[in-house]
Amino acid sequence: MFETLDYSILQHYWYAINALLGALLVFLLFVQGGQTLIYTVAKSELEKKMLINTLGRKWEFTFTTLVTFGGAFFASFPLFYSTSFGGAYWVWMIILFAFIVQAVSYQYRSKPNNFLGQKTYELFLIFNGVIATVFLGTAVATFFTGSGFHIDDMNRTFWDSPFRGLELALDFTRYATFINLSLGLAVFFLSRVLANLYFLNTIDHLEINQRAHKSLFNNAIPFLVFFLFFLVNILLIDGFAVNPDTKEVFMEPNKYLHNLLQMPIVLILFLLGVVMVLMGILRAYFVPKKCSSKGIWISGIGTVFTVFGLLLIAGYNNTAYYPSYSDLQSSITIFNSSSSKYTLVAMSYVSLMVPFVLAYIVYAWRAVNNKKIDAAEMNEESHTY
Amino acid sequence: MENFDLTLIDWSRAQFALTALYHWLFVPLTLGITFILAIMETIYYKTGDPEWKKITKFWMTLFGINFAIGVATGIILEFEFGTNWSNYSWFVGDIFGAPLAIEGIMAFFMESTFIAIMFFGWNKVSKGFHLTATWLTAIGSNLSALWILVANGWMQNPVGMQFNPDTARNEMVDFFEVLFNPAAVNKFLHTIFSSYILAAIFVVGISAWFLLKKKEILFAKRSIVVAAIFGLIFSVMTIFTGDESAREISKSQPMKFASMEGLYHGTTNAPLVAFGILKDAPTIENPEKKDFAFKVEIPGMLSYMANLKFDSFVPGIYDLVHGNVDQGIISYSEKINRGLVARNTLSEYKLALKGNDAVLIDSLRSNFENKEWMEGYFNYFGYSYFSNPHDIIPNVPITFYSFHIMVILGGYFMALFIIVLFFVMKDTLAGKRWLLWIALWTMPLGYLASESGWIIAEMGRQPWVIQDLMPTMTAVSNIDSNSVIITFWLFFAVFTALLIAEIKIMLKQIKIGPNEGGH
Repeated sequence: MFETLDYSILQHYWYAINALLGALLVFLLFVQGGQTLIYTVAKSELEKKMLINTLGRKWEFTFTTLVTFGGAFFASFPLFYSTSFGGAYWVWMIILFAFIVQAVSYQYRSKPNNFLGQKTYELFLIFNGVIATVFLGTAVATFFTGSGFHIDDMNRTFWDSPFRGLELALDFTRYATFINLSLGLAVFFLSRVLANLYFLNTIDHLEINQRAHKSLFNNAIPFLVFFLFFLVNILLIDGFAVNPDTKEVFMEPNKYLHNLLQMPIVLILFLLGVVMVLMGILRAYFVPKKCSSKGIWISGIGTVFTVFGLLLIAGYNNTAYYPSYSDLQSSITIFNSSSSKYTLVAMSYVSLMVPFVLAYIVYAWRAVNNKKIDAAEMNEESHTY
Repeated sequence: MENFDLTLIDWSRAQFALTALYHWLFVPLTLGITFILAIMETIYYKTGDPEWKKITKFWMTLFGINFAIGVATGIILEFEFGTNWSNYSWFVGDIFGAPLAIEGIMAFFMESTFIAIMFFGWNKVSKGFHLTATWLTAIGSNLSALWILVANGWMQNPVGMQFNPDTARNEMVDFFEVLFNPAAVNKFLHTIFSSYILAAIFVVGISAWFLLKKKEILFAKRSIVVAAIFGLIFSVMTIFTGDESAREISKSQPMKFASMEGLYHGTTNAPLVAFGILKDAPTIENPEKKDFAFKVEIPGMLSYMANLKFDSFVPGIYDLVHGNVDQGIISYSEKINRGLVARNTLSEYKLALKGNDAVLIDSLRSNFENKEWMEGYFNYFGYSYFSNPHDIIPNVPITFYSFHIMVILGGYFMALFIIVLFFVMKDTLAGKRWLLWIALWTMPLGYLASESGWIIAEMGRQPWVIQDLMPTMTAVSNIDSNSVIITFWLFFAVFTALLIAEIKIMLKQIKIGPNEGGH
């Protein structure tokens, strides 16, 4: 089946799968957003326990999606994997440390004799929540603004800055840094928006619901500001285009705007996504009695569409998706970074399992979330975080 | 040897070793105890006896504590290939990345989805569905191990690929050859079976403590019966797969095999050193130097292990380094020369591509399509990075002692399970306090044996990251060594703190015991 497909189609297919995993990851970052709210949306120990428990039933999905995202990129675009991870060493290390400390925090937080103390594990959760969202968002922005590296003819990567990727968020002499950070902050506030919607969906507790409702609005505003700043900027900046014949990379004015207009399906998907994100928020905020439970799904699916669309305009339509601003020809495209055709075909068969995986995830999600969390359950259930 | 930043290489290796050894403290228990849990819950499902539910839930709590830190230490390993071994990642991503991606899609999601039901579903889903979730968690975690070990097996015995001179990397040509690579199959089975032993030791050891304290007698006895039978079955299986593994290593990694036995000079009727203390290694100047201070040998056994024939020849370290004409073994010097021919041909090909010289391109390219040339020259590509053949010998004492510690402990574990079961059958185990103390103190030995296995696998194949193709020193990322030194110590500090937390929490939960529901 896949063997008959053109190499280029397979490369596009795999880029789309990775983009989809990235989009799902951004949606699932609601867990991280929620972790940053445990001291504001909850006021008492019991309320905090309820928040942590409702998040604790989902944190592994986010974690697993991140791992799968890494594995899928490794398998399908190994040059991206080696360049980004080996190059932006400190960015990835900080992100990874944030996930390392998260993984133990749910299980260990409320256990007696836990060595570091409950507060430390809660701070780990907050650290993870801030770092994962801001850094991952900032890293994705570099798909549009580029990084400083070059690749030699043996495909070895040489990163320009000794700060190993941190310069992309800290070098304020470059305007691109503001664009990068704006996406990082947009993802941070979006994750908090989604977390509030998730709380409204899964927790049956009046005070929590009231605070989540208020927090929804307080985070939606900065999200919109940062997201619009990012969006307007990337539509206006010069983008990293690839000449389809010579494969030469060059700067094209308004490249990403062109990509949106030249790929109408992506444009529709992207706009639909943005509208759904907003709709989920607005309906949950203004018609809370009827719509607060559904917000997570409307805004969540909207997030997936929006991020999926964004990642497609970064890599499709002859665009370098991991560009180098210091050496244009070292920029990474879906053509020069992919695995061989054979591997992409073999992996494509594996990708047929994804719908089954999604199906059992949905089934298990519903089984665990079929009843809202309430105070009584926190006292009855033998396994709580 | 060419100019490499040795500080960077050493610290990158140290960091990978540190993170992998830490991760492996938690994985074997997960692999094994999930099946033990599934068996216990199955008995509960069949009998409806609440005692079995209590037993299942107690071990499940300990599993959850272990699982969390296993996940925490595991995430870094996948990404470390990119962050610290980016030249490796690019060179083999076409093959090595696939199993990692499949692991994520097939196994990791299964594990993490059903684990949530296992922990939180007791009062939310039916008994049957909960049991299914427990089994699927066990299967998911073991499937996860399958794909990781397929990836590792490929590094030990690279198969199913072809070198593409245009991209200058190895590309996969046969997925099933990679999947059913004998090194991978043996490694997978040997690793999971030995992990089941560790889990059984864990359950028997902690249950023995309850018997020593005269607490939760029924709980402890039942746990011991399940775990000791489980452990005994897989002790036998581990011996079989270990034997297969050794044979496989003797073929694909003869240097590792010779190092495992401290065999410097090859011989027919090679004896197996059952127990030995190494002395100074023989050197080039003094090749006949005595290599063992003391040893107990089983005559001909090593030859039998390698070739199933007592009179067969097993090459020693020096046969491999200096060659052995009678046995048709090429010396490392010759392999270095052949590797250089392959590497120079690739460089010339790259230059020809740049110069657009069609005739030269075709003639050089034909080498890479010629099977004989590839086998005669390209297969030694990695040797071209060495100038001294003695740099291609692994650390013999570490490999030798790790191997012998693993094997001796493996035998001891089997004996322990038999003795424990013997007294269980006579129903006198609770009174055998000496045996209960032994069972308790065997727990750290289980971890020692398991870690030793990985030390043989990874130290024994040095200096290769991919056997014969890519030396470890060429695989590192181009980072300044200070960054790696800092991250090494950060990992050391964070993982150690988390390990202490894990042990303290676990000890507390054990003290609380099964009646409290684990909290």
